[in-house]
Amino acid sequence: MEVTGQGGAPLDVARIKKDFPILDRRVHGKRLVYLDSAASSQKPLSVLEAMTRYYETTHANVHRGVYQIAQEATELYEQARAKMAAFIGASGPDEVVFTKNATEAVNLVAYSWGRANLGPDDALVTTEIEHHANFVPWLQLRQERGTDVRVLRLQPDGFLDLSHAEELLQGAKLLAVTAASNVLGTLPPVRRLADIAHAAGALVLVDGAQYVPHLPTDVGELGADFLAFTGHKMLGPTGIGGLWARRELLESMPPFLTGGEMIRDVRLDGFLANDVPWKFEAGTPPIAEAVGLAAAVDYLSALGMPAVRAHEEALTSYAMSALHERYGEHLVIHGPLPAHRRAGIVSFAYKDVHAHDMSQVLDQAGICVRAGHHCAKPLMRCLGVGATARASFSVYNDEADVDALVDAIGQADTLFG
Amino acid sequence: MPGLEDLYREIILDHYRNPRNRGELESPPAVRAEGFNPLCGDEIVVYLAVDGEQITDVKIAGQGCSISQSSASMMSAAVKGKTVAQARSTIKAFRAMMSLHGRALDGAGDGPAGDGLIGAGDGQGVGGDQGTDDERSGAEVAAAEGVVLGDLEALQGVVKFPVRIKCATLSWHTLAQALDEAATRA
Repeated sequence: MEVTGQGGAPLDVARIKKDFPILDRRVHGKRLVYLDSAASSQKPLSVLEAMTRYYETTHANVHRGVYQIAQEATELYEQARAKMAAFIGASGPDEVVFTKNATEAVNLVAYSWGRANLGPDDALVTTEIEHHANFVPWLQLRQERGTDVRVLRLQPDGFLDLSHAEELLQGAKLLAVTAASNVLGTLPPVRRLADIAHAAGALVLVDGAQYVPHLPTDVGELGADFLAFTGHKMLGPTGIGGLWARRELLESMPPFLTGGEMIRDVRLDGFLANDVPWKFEAGTPPIAEAVGLAAAVDYLSALGMPAVRAHEEALTSYAMSALHERYGEHLVIHGPLPAHRRAGIVSFAYKDVHAHDMSQVLDQAGICVRAGHHCAKPLMRCLGVGATARASFSVYNDEADVDALVDAIGQADTLFG
Repeated sequence: MPGLEDLYREIILDHYRNPRNRGELESPPAVRAEGFNPLCGDEIVVYLAVDGEQITDVKIAGQGCSISQSSASMMSAAVKGKTVAQARSTIKAFRAMMSLHGRALDGAGDGPAGDGLIGAGDGQGVGGDQGTDDERSGAEVAAAEGVVLGDLEALQGVVKFPVRIKCATLSWHTLAQALDEAATRA
């Protein structure tokens, strides 16, 4: 594929595929075509090996032991934090709190900052395209405290309706917005919204779960005050994600989960919390997972995020054209039409074949796509559908994968035509 | 590995294309129960008109995949005009047919992991239906309960696709809820 990255060289996908052992697998006698990276990405050998090596040579609990391997484990864990911080343009490692995923990161903000700052007279703004992870915590806050939750609506063209953004953000204390929709791929104008929010005195929480793995990310450029991300969608292991926040914000926030590790001193009548970011990392953290995440960051950084984006955007554009050329009006692609304004996600409906049945048919061809409501029920209601089939791309996908998808969709006709 | 023809039997596709008893009943007097599959977003609404022990009418609304819709359609045909007790017996037999345990006793099909990959998981407890602790097969339960499964037996193939079992059982759980609701009103 001819892709010219803005930073690195174009991706050599044939070589990249070799780095992902699972792609050698056959399913129902067919080559595995994995088009569900928005749900969870596959892992390169370097990530798997880093975690195995860690367990084989270095494992000990962190921030405790005096002995050699405990010190090495602590160093690896903290190096992972530094790598992740650099990857998203943070000012320093102490602005990154490791959590188990992006969902926990949003909940950390909702419980800690939210419960310290939002009451019945306050308001926050979120959007209709959010994943439940960036929606339900706010609904819960409304239930508990009567905080006003205002919602930026979706337009029929797949973009957010920004005409009321100023009005909605007036007097709000927080804007919680995704940087990339997990269903439509829509890339909202986060910076523009953040500027409006800041002018209104609100902080900005960005859900980067579908953004950080696929586009060059700089928290400063995004205008974020909080950024949630997850490791398993960015070639890293499950069980680790994180929250980035400006240092002074983290310092001002009370602990969320409490117990060991997050503590400086405990007496019978009280406790003193540790410094940030450890103040928010109660209990033994996911150490091997942090090591794996660091290897994933190295892998993506070596490819170059501008090149990753260029590849995925070109592939998305190719997929949208190929689907349209083959199936015309029989196939509807949800969301914004120009590929440069969406992440590498294509949700579609073919004739009146239900998404589950479509996914079942594609499975027979070895093709993995997600079918369902994608944990975004408000958005599904807005689209007027119960479920969509969703293909999503990563660095290891190429035009042959898209061609396999395009060919297999029509096989649904034999059952449902 | 089971093929798609095991799942999408012609009779299932017929019920999907031409759903029986589709619509709504005024509620009250009819009982109305809603079922959701939180994993996929399928929704089923069952309307039940009960006169004493008799189910005089059934209507089905909602949306979902071919398996959930055809199962609901077949269910409505199976219980309409029957007694509440017969409907409960049919639910029992259907749940037994849809349970992975019952299938193992039947000795039907190949290994649940499909491709024989170690650690691929057997779907038990994930896709498997939690609604029954009956260790008998669907046919055994049907015989014991004096129920004729008829068309419903076409859904037997769904068990070979464990993640789809919940699609098939959604309407049945919802029917059970509706019957419970009707019982509290009686």
